[in-house]
Amino acid sequence: MNAIAFPKPDPGIMERRETIVAGLAVLLPPECLVTTEDERRAFETDAFTAYRRMPLAVALPRTTNEVAAVMAYCHREGVPVVPRGAGTSLAGGAIPQEDAVVIGVSKMNRILDINFGDRIAHVQAGVTNLAITNAVATEGFFYAPDPSSQLACTIAGNIAMNSGGAHCLKYGVTTNNILGVTMVLVDGTVVEIGGEAMDAPGYDLLGLVCGSEGQLGIITEAHVRILRAAEGARPVLFGFPTSVEAGEAVAAIIGAGIVPVAMEFMDKPAIEICEAFAKAGYPMDVEALLIIEVEGSEEEMDAALARIIAIAKTHGVKTIKESKSAMETAAIWKGRKSAFGATGRIADYICMDGTIPTGQLPHVLKRIDEIVKSYGLRVANVFHAGDGNLHPLILYNCNDPVEARKAEDAGNDILKLCVEVGGCLTGEHGVGIEKRDLMRHQFNEADLHQQMRVRAAFDDDWILNPAKVFPLDGRARDGAGR
Amino acid sequence: MSEARVLRPASEAEAIETMRDALAGNMPIRIAGGETRGGIGRPMQSAVTISTAALTGITLYEPSEMVIGARAGTPLAEIEAALAAKGQMLPFEPADYRTIFGSSGEPTIGAVAAGNISGPRRLWAGAARDSLIGVRFVNGSGEIIKSGGRVMKNVTGLDLVKLQAGAWGTLGLLTEVVFKVSPRPETVATLVLHGLDDTSAVAAMSRAISSPFEITGAAHVAQDGKTYLRIEGFADSVAYRAGALGKLLADYGTLERLDAGIDVWSGIRDAAPVALPRERALWRISVKPSLAAGMVSTIRANRTCETLYDWGGGLVWLATEASGDAGERQIREAVRHAKGHATLVRAPDSVRASVPVFEPEAAAIAALTRRIKASIDPSGLINPGLMHAGL
Repeated sequence: MNAIAFPKPDPGIMERRETIVAGLAVLLPPECLVTTEDERRAFETDAFTAYRRMPLAVALPRTTNEVAAVMAYCHREGVPVVPRGAGTSLAGGAIPQEDAVVIGVSKMNRILDINFGDRIAHVQAGVTNLAITNAVATEGFFYAPDPSSQLACTIAGNIAMNSGGAHCLKYGVTTNNILGVTMVLVDGTVVEIGGEAMDAPGYDLLGLVCGSEGQLGIITEAHVRILRAAEGARPVLFGFPTSVEAGEAVAAIIGAGIVPVAMEFMDKPAIEICEAFAKAGYPMDVEALLIIEVEGSEEEMDAALARIIAIAKTHGVKTIKESKSAMETAAIWKGRKSAFGATGRIADYICMDGTIPTGQLPHVLKRIDEIVKSYGLRVANVFHAGDGNLHPLILYNCNDPVEARKAEDAGNDILKLCVEVGGCLTGEHGVGIEKRDLMRHQFNEADLHQQMRVRAAFDDDWILNPAKVFPLDGRARDGAGR
Repeated sequence: MSEARVLRPASEAEAIETMRDALAGNMPIRIAGGETRGGIGRPMQSAVTISTAALTGITLYEPSEMVIGARAGTPLAEIEAALAAKGQMLPFEPADYRTIFGSSGEPTIGAVAAGNISGPRRLWAGAARDSLIGVRFVNGSGEIIKSGGRVMKNVTGLDLVKLQAGAWGTLGLLTEVVFKVSPRPETVATLVLHGLDDTSAVAAMSRAISSPFEITGAAHVAQDGKTYLRIEGFADSVAYRAGALGKLLADYGTLERLDAGIDVWSGIRDAAPVALPRERALWRISVKPSLAAGMVSTIRANRTCETLYDWGGGLVWLATEASGDAGERQIREAVRHAKGHATLVRAPDSVRASVPVFEPEAAAIAALTRRIKASIDPSGLINPGLMHAGL
């Protein structure tokens, strides 16, 4: 499977590999530099495992200053840099190229300060998403964005990809929960963007950096917003005879002025896969399952659920099952959050991430089914129903190149469909290399060139993560005439 | 401001054409919405004003998808009325600056986006920039550019939407904006603590915000000694949380619940407690909440001022004598010490021409800002110098 192109490695860089490695060795101690082929192999791909490239070398700096030194060196030498968090990108955002140095932030994993009064945690960017919540949970606080990979993924990666999660309907995504970052620019300059106040001055550079996929700089520290958790949370399973009825129930709940903290949808294949893995007590005799979570005191949750149940009943709900204990709650979420991993146990899969206007749900689910069937493949759907962020998992056998190609083609058709109905290519996983060549379906040349000129304002020479996001042909430089 | 003409394109196509003509003529362009916030920024010289006054109308409203889109010149009042009819609202509670400036005109939705205009609920629901999910704008090359769209989860490409929020029109003419919206709460309760000094008030607000009871407004009007908290939702839940907060804050005094008919929040939103008289300069200061009261006390040691704390202390409105530098040197020093930043929202033209209106930027950030400006407006003709000299 080689549908996605990589730029041809620059022979001038490849033949200087020894010199470049020696140059890096001056800047970093040996334990922070990965140079042997065996050890480099661990960094040749991310969670988009169908593609891999062996990097020139891997730098794992321990401080902002070390990142700056390595970055400045690579910039001076004209060597591309691929930033890396934990390597959990599903879009290939951290996949290297042969002539690039990987700069990983995993050694910068300390929580620097927790300020409960101002509700801010100051962390090094290699800290994992879940480690922040774990560090503040004793006082009843949490860090809101909760991507499924939260046990492993880093804040640097979350910021780079503007990660979401199951609870963003109420709490927003990464860009809504970051107050400031320390970032190393392409030439090694260290800048502070935003800070500890709620709003930042000047242009919203923080908003621009969130989701920029490692193309504007390398994040080394962050001030993140922490929130006090609700008194309690209770997920409830609602089984529906059809996906259409489940979709209508979602619209009716929002229409009634209720925004639950999470509304997750699974179709029958997804229910079967997740139940087999997590034993969460999901109903097996329904076509569609909604996991709806409410928060508050026991009385508040009872009242909110009574309203939601009344609405579900007018939309043909077949099964209603409330979590009765913390263990049941954990099992329900374990099932949902391991949907990708559980799917991986039964087949290879590619995971799509398009978003659609929720009103298009019935139409799009029907079309996804038709598209995947037309390639002779199977699909399982899990998604965030409240915000229309779909995750169709297309099942295939990666040892069969023809089938692999079909899976990729089916995925591309689904993403084009998402754009056609008014949505977008990616809701939370990012473009990476995976969706790079589809960008022209969502944006015209003027849109793309404007984005690329803004990108070039940070990195005129396209050193940082250069093979990502934008189609390889026809790239623009900035308008500054420097 | 010396200007020859005001142009009012009535469609996106006309907006493109109007911008292209002005750019081709090498004319510095002032972008205008409803002119209610015209006093913001550094005074600038422009040859032509392009107004969104005729670029109006809601283009998309899907209540069940919680999304609304409109042309940039659409009056905010029209948006809010359409949302209210379906039991929804803009979650960030945009402020109305007419009290501050004594301006007439109608605030527009485009200016709300361009100025990242938020109100008290920003504390809970995020700023305008957090709800803004799509824009269309004409850049300084006369091209129409779209970024984002109509869905609330979207990470496709660089987020130029955020870049436009708070750029005050210096990065192009917005023609259309899309916001996510939220349900209007069934019940709103305003709770008041009396007689707290600034330090205790911020501490009380911080304790409330750090509770699980979902505070959607937390403000302290210093000269009245009144500290306001707001909770919203269904009546049973609001009653429960009001009781719980009363217990939590017992050592700050009795928490009084105001009659439902009394609205203090629109005044707080619009900085009304400190907005008058208009001869005074008005500063808007973002700061780490725990340092807010100390910062104000440092400023007060040197000059007379009135203050309004919003966002639990994270936002301070400060009114003071406009003469001289309107306190710029002293205030910025105290603000920097408190790790915040300050904007001189209101002052005479002569003051705003001589002192920085927006927070001066570190050299590396200023350089990035200039390059971003140049990447979108290469000839530098759009709202030139509004935010920073030479930008």
